[in-house]
Amino acid sequence: MSTLVSVSADEAPARRSAAALLWRRLSRNVMSLAALGLLVVVALTAAAAPVIMPYDPDAPDAERTLEPPSRRHWLGTDLYGRDQLTRIVYAGRVDLLVALEATAVALSLGAALGAVSGYRGGWIDQVLMRIIDTIQAFPSFILAMGIAAALGNRLTNIVIAIAITHVPIYARLIRGEMLRIREMEYAEAARTVGNPRRRIIFYHLLPNCFPPVVVQATLAMGFAILTVAALSYIGLGIRPPTSEWGAMTAEGAGYIVSGEWWIFLFPGLAIMATVLSFNLLGDALRDVLDPRMKGV
Amino acid sequence: MSDLLAVSDLTVHFDTDEGVVQAVDGATLRIAPGEVVGLVGESGSGKSVTALAILRLLRPPARVLGGRIELDGRDLLGCSEQEMRAVRGSQISMVFQSPRTSLNPVLSVGRQIERLLVRHAAARPGQARERVVEMLREVGIAEPERRARQYAHQLSGGMCQRVMIAMALATSPRLLIADEPTTGLDVSIAAQILDLLRDLGRRTGAAILMITHDLGVVARLCDRVVVMHAGQTVEWAPVRELFHAPAHPYTRALLRSIPRVAGAREMEPIPGWVPSLLAPPPGCRFARRCALVRSECGVSVPVHAVGEDHRVACVAVEASQWTR
Repeated sequence: MSTLVSVSADEAPARRSAAALLWRRLSRNVMSLAALGLLVVVALTAAAAPVIMPYDPDAPDAERTLEPPSRRHWLGTDLYGRDQLTRIVYAGRVDLLVALEATAVALSLGAALGAVSGYRGGWIDQVLMRIIDTIQAFPSFILAMGIAAALGNRLTNIVIAIAITHVPIYARLIRGEMLRIREMEYAEAARTVGNPRRRIIFYHLLPNCFPPVVVQATLAMGFAILTVAALSYIGLGIRPPTSEWGAMTAEGAGYIVSGEWWIFLFPGLAIMATVLSFNLLGDALRDVLDPRMKGV
Repeated sequence: MSDLLAVSDLTVHFDTDEGVVQAVDGATLRIAPGEVVGLVGESGSGKSVTALAILRLLRPPARVLGGRIELDGRDLLGCSEQEMRAVRGSQISMVFQSPRTSLNPVLSVGRQIERLLVRHAAARPGQARERVVEMLREVGIAEPERRARQYAHQLSGGMCQRVMIAMALATSPRLLIADEPTTGLDVSIAAQILDLLRDLGRRTGAAILMITHDLGVVARLCDRVVVMHAGQTVEWAPVRELFHAPAHPYTRALLRSIPRVAGAREMEPIPGWVPSLLAPPPGCRFARRCALVRSECGVSVPVHAVGEDHRVACVAVEASQWTR
């Protein structure tokens, strides 16, 4: 031991938390900041809707039907005289929550399937991946429609429908990552010290698959919102009178020709802005989490 | 002296699209408790495959066809996967060649050692944390409390290897397998790591199987040496004997191929190349490159004793007079 020189502390790079680094890189891109800002506003207003909105989203007001945007009703009122802005904000609760739940369910299921499939290989992989292939063989929206129609349009069922169509996205991605990561030396090292397989897969290796998953989940959130809205638009999703962006757009569609443009336009804009924000944020995260950007 | 580990006639094949690769063919070696044994050979000679076979970590397309691997007289090839998990990490542990990539990037190094202690040494998490710091200090890492909270990418290569060694020795294993532990480290750090391994080996009483292609490492560290060529073990010798009186033609050629700075003699490369392991020649796999080749070489490879604890697998050795 006498020949040993203790390794000096300044040999390693300065400590920097991963979150701080992520934020620093993300904040350099104006578009992604704007996207993040908009999503935060949507989420906060949705969460605080009962406190900040002066109107009841579902209470009709026969005196003030189909009013154009004014100082009293910033985004106008609908056929029943309900305040559009209030309904759009309340609708954000439904849309974001459904998308978030669907993403969480799909991610958990997909991660478990993909991780086991990729790590085990062989017939287990074959069986699991053929199941995934079967799901993917359907156009995803048609599949979501089918499931929603079959289960009946309760909120939970819509979450299930969207989750099922999203499972393959995560399962395939994580399987691919797992194929790479299981050959890494730290995987070998984890086996060397006698860890049981379940622990190797879910504790040691799965967290290493996550950077691309974060990107994918962000992009898929946007897609999930679009699906909720689309299902509701065609009447298979959230039912009126619950306010939901897609359903509101559908209600407003009948008034385009008669000139009440605000009824369909604003919910439509809400969908577009939210989905676009998720996509922008996903793209930005992809750039930020790119391993080639390390050390920048 | 009873052996800690005895590998005999280990045969490992890989099924590939081009055919069966006969990666290890009758490898034999033994390690006494506390001993440092070098396993030397060029790339592809089957050193690492032998190591993984000892831990039963070979996966398809690799197949262990035959042989025995005994740890304290217990045949590891006959153990269940459950029993092997108890052996790995607690009785036999391993240090890999690229320390940075052998550490999990998303777990702090302290946490990785801690998990191991909780698993194998039945330590309670609180106790384990103290022991982690103690282990890190023991392998010469400054500020162990701080380092334990850091991740592999925040440490230098040398420090990562120290962490790996701390991890490998945390559970006081009987045998430590070190697979080229100094590859990729610069020379001065490599020397420190080797000294550390030797000192800790002595202190904990763990035997070390040092896998390397570097004869300098062998000379510095090992008590005995086993030479491998193309999947066969060809010579077993105490380290001084190997350098002073190498017996196998391959070992002799290997020693002559080391470049000398002093320039007393020319460096001599070994003629020919390692035979394809897809269809290796029968008998001795060095025969085609060997100056002493004779017809029996293609039939059998007898093992002779040529000195105390010095054996060689060669037909030609017994008949010829070896002088230095």
